[in-house]
Amino acid sequence: MNAFFAVVARDLRLAFRRKAEVLSGLFFFVVVAALFPLAIGPEAVTLRHIGPGVLWVGALLASMLTLPRLFENDWRDGSLEHLVLSPHPLGLLVLGKILAHWLVSGLPLVALAPLLGLQFDLPSDALGMLALSLLLGTPVLSCIGAIGAALTLGVRGGGVLIALLVLPLFVPVLVFGAGAVEALSSGLGAQAHVSILLAMLLPAVFFSPWACSAALRIALE
Amino acid sequence: MTMRWFYYAAPQTFYGLAGRLWPWLAALALALTLAGLWVGFALAPADAQQGEGYRIIFVHVPVSWMSMVIYLAMAFWAVLGLTFNTRLSGMMTRALAPTGAMFAFLSLWTGALWGKPMWGTWWVWDARLTSELILFFLYLGYIALTSAIDDVRRADRAGALIAIVGAINVPIIYFSVKWWNTLHQGASVSLTRSPSMAQLMLWGMLLMALAMWVYTLAIVCYRVRTLIIERERHTDWVQALPEVAGAKA
Amino acid sequence: MRWESWSEFWFMGGYGLYVWGSMGMTALLLLLEMVQARLAHGRALALARAEKALENS
Repeated sequence: MNAFFAVVARDLRLAFRRKAEVLSGLFFFVVVAALFPLAIGPEAVTLRHIGPGVLWVGALLASMLTLPRLFENDWRDGSLEHLVLSPHPLGLLVLGKILAHWLVSGLPLVALAPLLGLQFDLPSDALGMLALSLLLGTPVLSCIGAIGAALTLGVRGGGVLIALLVLPLFVPVLVFGAGAVEALSSGLGAQAHVSILLAMLLPAVFFSPWACSAALRIALE
Repeated sequence: MTMRWFYYAAPQTFYGLAGRLWPWLAALALALTLAGLWVGFALAPADAQQGEGYRIIFVHVPVSWMSMVIYLAMAFWAVLGLTFNTRLSGMMTRALAPTGAMFAFLSLWTGALWGKPMWGTWWVWDARLTSELILFFLYLGYIALTSAIDDVRRADRAGALIAIVGAINVPIIYFSVKWWNTLHQGASVSLTRSPSMAQLMLWGMLLMALAMWVYTLAIVCYRVRTLIIERERHTDWVQALPEVAGAKA
Repeated sequence: MRWESWSEFWFMGGYGLYVWGSMGMTALLLLLEMVQARLAHGRALALARAEKALENS
């Protein structure tokens, strides 16, 4: 368990030393959210309609942008091999890295989204559900994305390749995440959506470190 | 019994077996295709609602089935490959992927061509078509990943992992797309509601489906032989093959 | 036989474009796939022969 927290702390420290990398993901989210009204038009009715979807897709893409760095830097300087060879279960260490990644790249999106939601004239209950759905969904995105990052370690065209691998797998999270806000707005209630998001979160947290470990071993041998 | 399977798991033995098999499979596929087309186009009656246009199902349904069956087969060989670490399993998965991707594309193409006259639009976001689209993306992802990695063994194993992860997610994706579709009151007509099946229609579809399945077996046998030559070309037995050593085969 | 004439067959009750567009694309892609497989096999054999030449030199 100490090893787990050590990994989380280390990754967080490294991320804070590289603030630019972290902030660029957030700025991307902000910019993308602004692009859609520019493309579609400023009518509040339309924006309210597309807002949840746009913000969810923006958050999804922003969290995906930072995935290549999850294992890349450690791999470059050799510390990844140390992690793999260490006596601690690799899955636990990988989970630590995923948690750190989410704390730095996912959680800020959860905080930012309601602010951007104001640009789409979303009511406050929708903003709340948006934040909640992202809170439950972005960890799943980090978990699934990590598998893609591990598989493509050091491979040419890494970022786009990760996107191609991982975006189809993101679809269920997107459907239920954005759908939760939509359901709430239309009065149907989002309990089912939230339950399903939770139901996806737990297996993702258990399954992903195991799959990532396998992927890292494949990449490193 | 298991010893026989592992015997054929050696590339050298499989090469010979596949070499003998594929021509027969190809001939069988051709025969089944001709039979299926005959039943589908010469014998089967027109549909009450869709007229002659329904005949697209004689390719649409078979290619859709195959796109899903092939992905499952890929996942099967992927599991086998990661468990037993046999080289052949990786080759089987790789050989299946292009055909699967092709069938997935054809499913979308024929689906669009079926949808246009029936429901007025080239694309309909119904659950099945959308899931098929995502399946197509999964195929593309596998092909992109295995092409991008230079080391063959690593590419095989990475591809196997993504194929398995994809296969596990397919039911989840399908469920979520179905949910999404019903929620948004998408196309209330669905391509799954096929015309009431006259016997002949069913037979035509089954024959074509069988034809495509046998075709897939043939082309996979052929492709695996190509992969074996590529990967094992340093070995004595490949160098000794008549098509390599002797005059042009 | 269902069809009175060849032109009726091609017309396919008005759905000709869609039916033959489907059948045609299917046939085309299957053919392309077979051709591609054949070419790839030829390339693999050429590679193997080159390997032999390398060994012998």
